[in-house]
Amino acid sequence: MIVENASTILSVKNLQAGIDGKEILKKFGIEIKAGEIHAIMGRNGSGKSTLSKVLAGHPTYEVTGGEVDFQGKDLLELEPEERSREGIFLAFQYPVEIPGVSNLDFLRESTNARRVHQGLEELDPFDFDDLVREKLDVVQMDPAFLERSVNQGFSGGEKKRNEILQMALLEPTLAILDETDSGLDIDALRIVAGGVNQLSTEKNAMLVITHYQRLLDYIVPDFVHVMRDGRIIKTGGKELALELEEKGYDWVDDLEPTLVEA
Amino acid sequence: MGTTDSQAAGNNPGGNSSKKVNSQRVDYWSQLLKTVTADSDAATGWVGEVRSKATAIAQELALPSTRDEDWRFTDLSPLLDIEFSVAGAIATPGITAADVAIEEAPGSRIVFINGRHSPELSDLSALGELADKVTVSAWSAGHDSVLNATVESNLGKIQTSAEAFTALNTSAVNEVAVISVGRNADIELPIHVVFLSAGTGAIAQPRCLVKVGTNSRCTVVEEHRALEHTDDSDAPYWVNGVTEISLADNAEINHARVQRDTLTAFHIGNTAVSQARDSRYTLTSLDAGARVSRHNLAVSQKGPGTHTAFNGLNVATERQTSDTHTFLNLQHPHGTADHLHKCVANDRGHTVFNGRVFVGQQAQQTDAAQLNRNLLLSSKARVDTKPQLEIIADDVKCTHGATVSQLEDNEIFYLRSRGLDEMAARRLLLDGFVGEILERLPVQSLRSPLATAIAAQIRANS
Repeated sequence: MIVENASTILSVKNLQAGIDGKEILKKFGIEIKAGEIHAIMGRNGSGKSTLSKVLAGHPTYEVTGGEVDFQGKDLLELEPEERSREGIFLAFQYPVEIPGVSNLDFLRESTNARRVHQGLEELDPFDFDDLVREKLDVVQMDPAFLERSVNQGFSGGEKKRNEILQMALLEPTLAILDETDSGLDIDALRIVAGGVNQLSTEKNAMLVITHYQRLLDYIVPDFVHVMRDGRIIKTGGKELALELEEKGYDWVDDLEPTLVEA
Repeated sequence: MGTTDSQAAGNNPGGNSSKKVNSQRVDYWSQLLKTVTADSDAATGWVGEVRSKATAIAQELALPSTRDEDWRFTDLSPLLDIEFSVAGAIATPGITAADVAIEEAPGSRIVFINGRHSPELSDLSALGELADKVTVSAWSAGHDSVLNATVESNLGKIQTSAEAFTALNTSAVNEVAVISVGRNADIELPIHVVFLSAGTGAIAQPRCLVKVGTNSRCTVVEEHRALEHTDDSDAPYWVNGVTEISLADNAEINHARVQRDTLTAFHIGNTAVSQARDSRYTLTSLDAGARVSRHNLAVSQKGPGTHTAFNGLNVATERQTSDTHTFLNLQHPHGTADHLHKCVANDRGHTVFNGRVFVGQQAQQTDAAQLNRNLLLSSKARVDTKPQLEIIADDVKCTHGATVSQLEDNEIFYLRSRGLDEMAARRLLLDGFVGEILERLPVQSLRSPLATAIAAQIRANS
């Protein structure tokens, strides 16, 4: 939702980043305010996933230029765990399986890391159990998944639901959803999108990265950005996604950039 | 550093295929054999026969070298520096029963020190009312025992003396931990067998025999550790143990084997299992102790429809070598097997895994899976892995695989992106890696202390 006089949560200017010396993000810019849902669309290789990993602080990616301000803090100075504790959340495109680590223990450690940072008390296993069971409803998840190892043997849909469960527990200020819809059937997509919608408030913001317009039928964006070659080349409302769906990415290839760098 | 080699190499359980046996190893072995046999009390009758047969076999052998295929990756030459004597009885162990007890088996524990029964540390009080179903006892050669017939018909029959260290053990066999479960008995109380060792330059040869009758079920927790558990002690001792397990038709055993000898000790263990039709054998094993450790597990299928499950973990830090060789011999139809084996090597640690599965002509409809996962935590650590699958039958489902990896950057990043710092992320991943095996231990009270001890052992030098 677009909220009047909303504060800026994320401001990215002229961001340049890459991997192994190859530049992928080329003077990327975006500004996201509280309450807003932004969608970023683009072909494979346009830099969408790189953007999500750079914002979350993946150490493999090298930032070579630009600024990222997150609620008044220089995000690029922060370690990945500090970004998480400050309120950045990345829902992974491919959530990692961790055999032997119970999902419940992992969720508790993660939730408590954020709580301690916020000056809140750590939750003991009993209180945490109450909290997590309440949050399970957000993604209609079976409590049995708490006892299993993190993501191990989960189906694609179950992994994505587990990501949204983590988001529900961590209550981030900025949630970045990296192709959360890829590989989901329509039922799973509805559940995941429904979970995201329940978590969206006027105090937080979402950056939804997707290849397909379909997701945006369920998570309705305030802004749609089209990425090509490491930068945003066109920005519009939710109708831009429909136009893109209709005309295809070939249309994007021929577009002249309409957006000047932020 | 890791090697994956799935070729079916010839197997020589004697571990002595090389013609050019170093004469030093022959002399050393011969002296060792003299030492252990001279110490055992004279025995006549069948015990004497069992010993002399084993001695005769051992006399033809030598201390294995890395030129023997079976010992290619595990170097026993540090043994050559030590002239071992036979570990003596220790009258006052200096510890109490509480130091060895586990809460699940308060009155079903039998303890041996240097292979000799320790009545003070043992407590079999809870088994009194189960006397018609199960007998747990320290059998001793030359003494009258209700177990004489059981021991005579099984000792040295499940694990033959073809393997050098089994021959060495059998050549001087004297006291045996015996667990004998009758027919149609479901023994819920875990039976706890503890082998403690101590003594500079001493060799202890513990022996264990487990017999489970038709339709019966039991849990056995076998522990090997130092009498005084001081990891920094530099007094090398040597444990050369043999455990034989016989499962009758439709019998079931859940077996845990935990080896945590001191980091200056040597540990060689042979576990041999015979599975009659429809029996189920599960082993969860941990080898974290000893400077050089080697565990041979040999399971032999004697009838159709058996199930065999191994969950193994080897941990090697500092300059440890930790080696597990498994051999599953399937000769009957409808057998199933599930084997997950993990190794962690840190510092200059070296782990070795050799997992051999033989599926004979008669073993149709076998369903066997083996997976070996290895974690290399330092650039100087070393992992050798060799899954071997030999299949003669033509209607089977068999899979095997081996992976060698470091802690994955992607896994660490995933955890960091959820607010855990890098140390916590590494700790959690490592705990998870070893936890996947430890959580399968049949007694819960061992899991968490072992997880803590292993985490400390791995982290001590990293």
